Amino acid sequence: MRYSGFRVIAEALTGHKGWKPAWRDPAPQASYDYIIVGGGGHGLATAYYLAKEFKQARIAVLEKGWIGGGNVGRNTTIVRSNYLLDGNEPFYEFSMKLWEGLEQDFNYNAMVSQRGIINLFHTDAQRDAATRRGNAMIMHGADAELLNKDQVRKMYPFLNFENARFPIKGALMQRRGGTVRHDAVAWGYARGADQRGVDIIQNCEVLGMKIENGRVLGVETSRGFIGAKKIGVAVAGSSSKVMAGAGMRLPMESHVLQAFVSEGLKPLIDGVITYGAGHFYVSQSDKGGLVFGGDIDGYNSYAQRGNLPVVEDVAEGGMSLMPMIGRARLLRMWGGIMDMSMDGSPIIDKTHIEGLYFNGGWCYGGFKATPASGFVFAHLLAKDTPHSTATAYRFDRFAKGLMIDEKGQGAQPNLH
Amino acid sequence: MIINHPLLGPRDSQEFVYLGDAALIHRPDGMAEGALDKFIDYTYLRDNPAGVHRELWYHEQGDRSWLVVTRNTVSHEITAVDLARDVARTEGRSK
Repeated sequence: MRYSGFRVIAEALTGHKGWKPAWRDPAPQASYDYIIVGGGGHGLATAYYLAKEFKQARIAVLEKGWIGGGNVGRNTTIVRSNYLLDGNEPFYEFSMKLWEGLEQDFNYNAMVSQRGIINLFHTDAQRDAATRRGNAMIMHGADAELLNKDQVRKMYPFLNFENARFPIKGALMQRRGGTVRHDAVAWGYARGADQRGVDIIQNCEVLGMKIENGRVLGVETSRGFIGAKKIGVAVAGSSSKVMAGAGMRLPMESHVLQAFVSEGLKPLIDGVITYGAGHFYVSQSDKGGLVFGGDIDGYNSYAQRGNLPVVEDVAEGGMSLMPMIGRARLLRMWGGIMDMSMDGSPIIDKTHIEGLYFNGGWCYGGFKATPASGFVFAHLLAKDTPHSTATAYRFDRFAKGLMIDEKGQGAQPNLH
Repeated sequence: MIINHPLLGPRDSQEFVYLGDAALIHRPDGMAEGALDKFIDYTYLRDNPAGVHRELWYHEQGDRSWLVVTRNTVSHEITAVDLARDVARTEGRSK
């Protein structure tokens, strides 16, 4: 079924009796050509592009819970491509371009909203760094704009411009950045993949891998053994757990990152504001809630919930940036588990085991990468060579000293 | 989280700085054969278990001792806290 405005009207006139489930619920077959472990945004996107762009068949996505129930449903929905380094910026800009055409591509309303993102700066040195970053973005074909204090004030007059420690001097803006309805991304990719014959198998946890003579033969799951020629693992957050099944140790720690939503408010913030100095960022959802967050809790965790010190820290950051946020009540808070890689950048690479491929280490920036991550991972699975925008995301970059230190830190600030 | 410090009693985890897996106590010998590979493993690779995890916490806003905290990464429950120097000595370092 193709979705359209006409379809909505037609269904409205006939009592909405014609809607069908958006994807099937198949039982697993005995074997597949491709198994994607992880039915989150990245895994579903991988299956979708494998089928659609690379014309592969006999594909299954295995998900231990329900699709969209992991990090793709637990993030703060921001998309942007404001990176500095050569290894990163072309990849994230590729992702941005895929976001821009995504809804037409998979015929699903993902509410892609390019409402603009600003990164505030507070000193001359930070302004220079922002200028440099903006230039790097422009040279890679992205858009960037340097805003002065008055321009920022015009957009967001309520910010605390005269904060004694971090007075706002301006911002780096990417107008094409914005937000996307996160669940709809998972649903859209799931529906698009399913329409192209991909089996999406939920409640099917991968418990181990069958490997013989350095070649992967399939996965042991909670629903029995499933054979496969190629297996792509995209389970960020649980990467170490799943890859331990193949006997691998990863350059990663799993950490919990918390996010928050306030009660619904009148339209207030029409873009995304990031306040790096205060460890705080905020946007406003279409329902009116302020969506905000800050730092990871800072200790290994698989708990999907954080602790109060970070709640306090984020609230303090919010108060120092926009004091009126203190009048809003917190509606919900939650935690997601991040693969914190040791240099803060992802890994999309083959492993030393024939037929086993890995995609993970997204730290706290996986959502914006969803379309490109799926596309380049599908490219790697189908063609055995990395996509031109993802050549730097290799396992061996740590041993070779080719880290991608975008933020100058990985799981912890003291590693670099 | 409350960390029950062996010398100071229960302390808020906010007073501590986290370093990670207690296996970091066992720094490889830089002069040994194959030291480069061992250091790559030591520096970058982690077990990262879901469940019981022994980890190093530094009491920066307290007595500045290093602790080995045994904590469950799924439930955040802390089951044991030892001074890192005691652990290191029993495990054969700094003899």
